[in-house]
Amino acid sequence: MIELFGASISLEPIWLTLQVAAVTTVILLLLGTPLAWWLARTRTRWRVVIEAIVALPLVLPPTVLGFYLLIVLNPNGAVTQFLRGFGFEGQLTFSFTGLVIGSVLYSLPFAVQPLMHAFESLSERLLDAAATLRAGTLDRFFSVVVPLSRRGFLTAATLSFAHTVGEFGVVLMVGGNIPGQTRMVSIAIFDHVESLAYTEAHVLSAMMLVFSLVVLTLVYGLNRRFGVKVG
Amino acid sequence: MLVTLHVRLLAWIALFLTALPVSALASGEVVTAAVAANFTKTIEEIGARFTEETGHTIRFSSGPSGKLYAQIRNGAPFDLFFSADTEKPELLAAEGRADTPFVYARGRLALYSPDLPVREGWQQVLEEAGFRHLAIANPRTAPYGAAALEVLTSLGALERVEPKFVQGESIAHAFQFVATGNAALGFVALSQLVDPAGPVFGKGEFWLVPEDLHSPIDQAAVVLERGRASPAALAFMDYMRSPRAREIIERYGYSIP
Repeated sequence: MIELFGASISLEPIWLTLQVAAVTTVILLLLGTPLAWWLARTRTRWRVVIEAIVALPLVLPPTVLGFYLLIVLNPNGAVTQFLRGFGFEGQLTFSFTGLVIGSVLYSLPFAVQPLMHAFESLSERLLDAAATLRAGTLDRFFSVVVPLSRRGFLTAATLSFAHTVGEFGVVLMVGGNIPGQTRMVSIAIFDHVESLAYTEAHVLSAMMLVFSLVVLTLVYGLNRRFGVKVG
Repeated sequence: MLVTLHVRLLAWIALFLTALPVSALASGEVVTAAVAANFTKTIEEIGARFTEETGHTIRFSSGPSGKLYAQIRNGAPFDLFFSADTEKPELLAAEGRADTPFVYARGRLALYSPDLPVREGWQQVLEEAGFRHLAIANPRTAPYGAAALEVLTSLGALERVEPKFVQGESIAHAFQFVATGNAALGFVALSQLVDPAGPVFGKGEFWLVPEDLHSPIDQAAVVLERGRASPAALAFMDYMRSPRAREIIERYGYSIP
């Protein structure tokens, strides 16, 4: 609890939001990179279908996505039962894990699309040149692809993080608003507005705005300074 | 060729759009009412009756009461406001934005579970607290949630079950947690259980919480500034007190004080 402009603000939701956003971003980069690579290189006609599925979270209202997750992740559902087979005893909804699963799905296009565009604009010749120099697949990826696509990575990471920080509908549905466990900043703001605590809502919103503005400015600044022209 | 096709299509769309409001308006005045989400279904049925009898059209804009209150304070074009509590209408009246509030319905709280024997065994279920999650509406923002807290306090069970709380933002949201099997049981509104079209109608069991265990969950309504000059809005407010409307309100699981 801190006092700011006459409002007492709990820091728990802020800390939790940053944790969820950070974990989500790492997972999205790990999952999104191979997926984006495959999408950028594949010639199968299924590509368009997969691309469309990846883009779905942009279209679905977040509360709808959250409601589906509530159904899919429920303790008697197939996903939880499957995990039980591996000794999982907890519950996916109303937990940190649930928040991360929801956020990963919700922010998926924000990670995959920038990466895919970066990979698509890589010159085929550079990769071939690296191959003739006997660089292995992984070596080629880390010493040629990653440095050349770093703008794509930076954009993907920033957008995933920012989008998760600002997420509301999904975490509202699967979170259960447990203080310290699933109450994220956006939910806390919503609570303040609903209970007419407008000062608290203003202060918390202002903190979120300033934070996001600073982070985005830093990232775009870095991008300009160190960005490599792709392609 | 393509151009003429587009022009024709646009002409059809324009024709369709201009024809639409004519059929929607029918006759009489149009009243816009802001309604707490939990009461939407009930009031839509009352509104349909009212339209049949008077020819006036009522449009309902539903949402969480707090959001509606914020919208009203910021100039939303509503004539009437049906809140889920008494606080917000009273505030609006005190601010001079509305007339005197009246209580149009009183909510009934129920402890519902799809699997646990709560009808007879609610006491034991709450005492043993062997479940993983108990859903309630957020006590800070939803009157049903505040009432649930009072019930648990009067039963002396609060300390045991509080760590198992999952909070919905509204009573509808708390209900979803239970209806989708994510919480084993929850304090929900009777109106959600007795709705024949609802997802849990006739499934599981519930304990209807006696009204003396919590303060009344009164829902109040007000005529807003904009509605004062509208005879249709005032007529609908009167209609809400009529035996016809009362019958519908009670059928949906509310009582009337």
